[in-house]
Amino acid sequence: MGIRSLIISFIFIISLLSAGYALGTFAPWLTASLIFYAAFAVFFAGFIYRVIKWALIPVPFRIPVTCSQQKSLDWINASPIENPSGKTGVFLRMASEIILFRSLFRNSHTRMYEDRPVYGKDTALWLFGLLFHASMLIIVIRHLRFFIEPVPAVINKLSAWDGMFELGVPTIYLSDIIFTVSAIYLFMRRAAVSRLRYISLVQDYIPLLLIISVAGTGILMRHIYKVDLLKVKELATGWISFSMALPEGIGLLFFVHLFCVCALLLWFPLSKLMHMGGVFLSPTRNLANSNRAIRHINPWNAPVKAHTYEEYEDEFREKMKSAGLPVEKE
Amino acid sequence: MSFAKIPKPDELIRVKYDMPGKSWMNTPVDFRPGTWSHAGAAKNLTALDLPNPRAWQPSDEDWKLPENWQAIILAGMKERLEKYRSFRLFMDICVRCGACADKCHFYIGTGDPKNMPVLRAELIRSVYRRYFTTPGRIFGKLAGARDLTLDVLKEWFYYFYQCTECRRCAVFCPYGIDQAEITMIGRELLNLVGCNINWVVEPAANCFRTGNHLGIQPGGMKDMLEFLTDDIEERTGVRVEVPLNKKGAEILFITPSADYFADPGTYTCMGYLMLFHELGLDYTMSTYASEGGNFGLFNSHEMIKRLNAKMYAEARRLGVKWIIGGECGHMWRVVNQYMDTMNGPADFLEVPVSPVTGTRFENARSTKMVHICEFTADVIRNGKIRLDPSRNDHLRITFHDSCNPARAMGLFDEPRYIINNTCNYFFEMREDAIREKTFCCGAGAGLGNDENMEMRMRGGMPRAMAVKEVHEKYGVNRLACICAVDRATLPPLMEYWVPDVSVMGVHELLGNALVMKGENERPTDLRGYPIKETGTP
Repeated sequence: MGIRSLIISFIFIISLLSAGYALGTFAPWLTASLIFYAAFAVFFAGFIYRVIKWALIPVPFRIPVTCSQQKSLDWINASPIENPSGKTGVFLRMASEIILFRSLFRNSHTRMYEDRPVYGKDTALWLFGLLFHASMLIIVIRHLRFFIEPVPAVINKLSAWDGMFELGVPTIYLSDIIFTVSAIYLFMRRAAVSRLRYISLVQDYIPLLLIISVAGTGILMRHIYKVDLLKVKELATGWISFSMALPEGIGLLFFVHLFCVCALLLWFPLSKLMHMGGVFLSPTRNLANSNRAIRHINPWNAPVKAHTYEEYEDEFREKMKSAGLPVEKE
Repeated sequence: MSFAKIPKPDELIRVKYDMPGKSWMNTPVDFRPGTWSHAGAAKNLTALDLPNPRAWQPSDEDWKLPENWQAIILAGMKERLEKYRSFRLFMDICVRCGACADKCHFYIGTGDPKNMPVLRAELIRSVYRRYFTTPGRIFGKLAGARDLTLDVLKEWFYYFYQCTECRRCAVFCPYGIDQAEITMIGRELLNLVGCNINWVVEPAANCFRTGNHLGIQPGGMKDMLEFLTDDIEERTGVRVEVPLNKKGAEILFITPSADYFADPGTYTCMGYLMLFHELGLDYTMSTYASEGGNFGLFNSHEMIKRLNAKMYAEARRLGVKWIIGGECGHMWRVVNQYMDTMNGPADFLEVPVSPVTGTRFENARSTKMVHICEFTADVIRNGKIRLDPSRNDHLRITFHDSCNPARAMGLFDEPRYIINNTCNYFFEMREDAIREKTFCCGAGAGLGNDENMEMRMRGGMPRAMAVKEVHEKYGVNRLACICAVDRATLPPLMEYWVPDVSVMGVHELLGNALVMKGENERPTDLRGYPIKETGTP
């Protein structure tokens, strides 16, 4: 949809950041309590609602897309993961999709070269997509340290590993850098590649810009305009016990950060970000190619009008007889 | 085959992938001749009890739709959103990453952005947003939603009949979003208001009444099979019998009618018949279930079931133990992924056991239907037939994986095993054009009609170019495949792009190589070409 969508997305993000800034300045308690609780409630309820809604829709047919050799004769090497014939295979296939983005790894780029289409390997989207999601997961887990006291050793270990280069004070987290760079890559790709820009909608730019805002404010308040993390933790543990006390002097940037996170959480269940839940339910991937061995049941298998042999013979009986073909009724 | 009305290959190949300046949402369809298929004829719609039979063409201004056509389509959409998890999920979770965009043969061949699977899906997704999601209802165009207008409907028609449901995009999609599913539902919706193409509904109507797409009546089928047995006798000196409608046979054999009706499928059919004869197989063919293919797949799920019902019904009536299916693409999509669910359980049949080798086909223990390539590969492996691959020395083979056996089944190595045992010169095409990444012939899913010729040549271009490469590199002169639609659509595609390559079925190779008991010396292959001279296709 071109440049227009981009402009609208930027206007949206700038308004949102301004709103976050204004709220942080004049009514930080609003972001820290009402908006925060509302966002989390909408996120969890919305996410679960959407997933249950999908899960309740039947899967009438077993329609896996098979990406390698089927299991047939004993001496032919079947591929248990790319063309699973049982539950283990399906599990491994789903794991490879969800953890390693297997299918995206196949990506290629089609170009015309000397009047011939050629297909170059193109792993950039796979790489940055994977880095983006993995670093996001690490960051989310690291953030749990604000909510849990004492901080579990696993989280401390993860944080130590994440900051192993010990650059700067406080140390720069590797995941922060990777997350921001890959989010910017994903945004730039969408905005700069004409084909991607053509298929992109406003709702494709906004979550990326939101995420970049979250990451940006996060990094800024960790390294430049530092906020008081002890007070943040006090606030965060307060959320869990529903104490509405707002510690004084956390720092404005924190409220902008929090506001952007809330906006993302609110956005999530209403949008394509639900691919997080949906990827588990995709019938072309999470079913075994075993239809000829085990019957799949369609709960609404509706009756249809077929053309019976009797009707057929009634129409063609004389012709069948003259052709010397056997008939049921003389 | 006439290419007079379409651009020459050197013009057609100049595909541009630049994006237009104007948003896709406001670009109405141009029904340019050569890029679409004629509308379904009223008589065929009537024969199948399909709605709104009438005389019309897609290029007409007025499509003579029912007055409440929008309500009909939206109700149909609602129903399908509740019946198919795939449809709802695929409407919801696409992130428009664009991985599918340049994987579609129609996009590669046309450069038309609406042929990117992601946009082809957006054509319907935009309407889904408008009527079935809250953001779409509130924000409209801003949220990528749009009204279901006549222009949108025409766009659906043009692009859902410009998708061969080949599933190549789904191989690359990180969420397995399968454009074939979306196209199938899209076509169902179009069908609700009587918008379909004749090349789909006519074969379906014929198949419903006479048992096969071509409308061949019982005597006609018998005659055709007899022609083939005459030809076999002429080439080999061996008289082969073809049992028809024989009760109590062990196996029912069902193959696409094109195999016994039209070249080059007939040579493949001769291969089957020779093999069965040589093995002394107790089998029968049927005039009632005389079609393997199922054009219902290109019409609606309901029509799949209606046409497919004959297979089990006839197996039951004839009292056979199990079924063998011939070389066909979409037939095997239906048999492998739909048949047992729709028309099973086939508890009146037995788990298939090859009477020749004793092999029990565990992978088909529920459907009781075995692919001829599985059957034959097993026979060869067990040394039950004698083969002379040198009889195919005049052929330099490459193999086209048909979309459906590839991506809806994973039948890759069985046909290759047969090929490797029946010829000496086999060359694979490039890795990104075979197996699960195979390119469509450009004319599957009911698009193989002559009025659609330009689009077929465009859609088939990536396949043809991969063939051209092995033709130039290894002197390949024959393209083997295991699909009857391929055998009908690849010959013109080759004639247009790679004129020195002709097309055959895998069992034609087998027929050539099969050493039969009591055969004469065979100076020619099944087509009558001398086998000693290399280089004559």
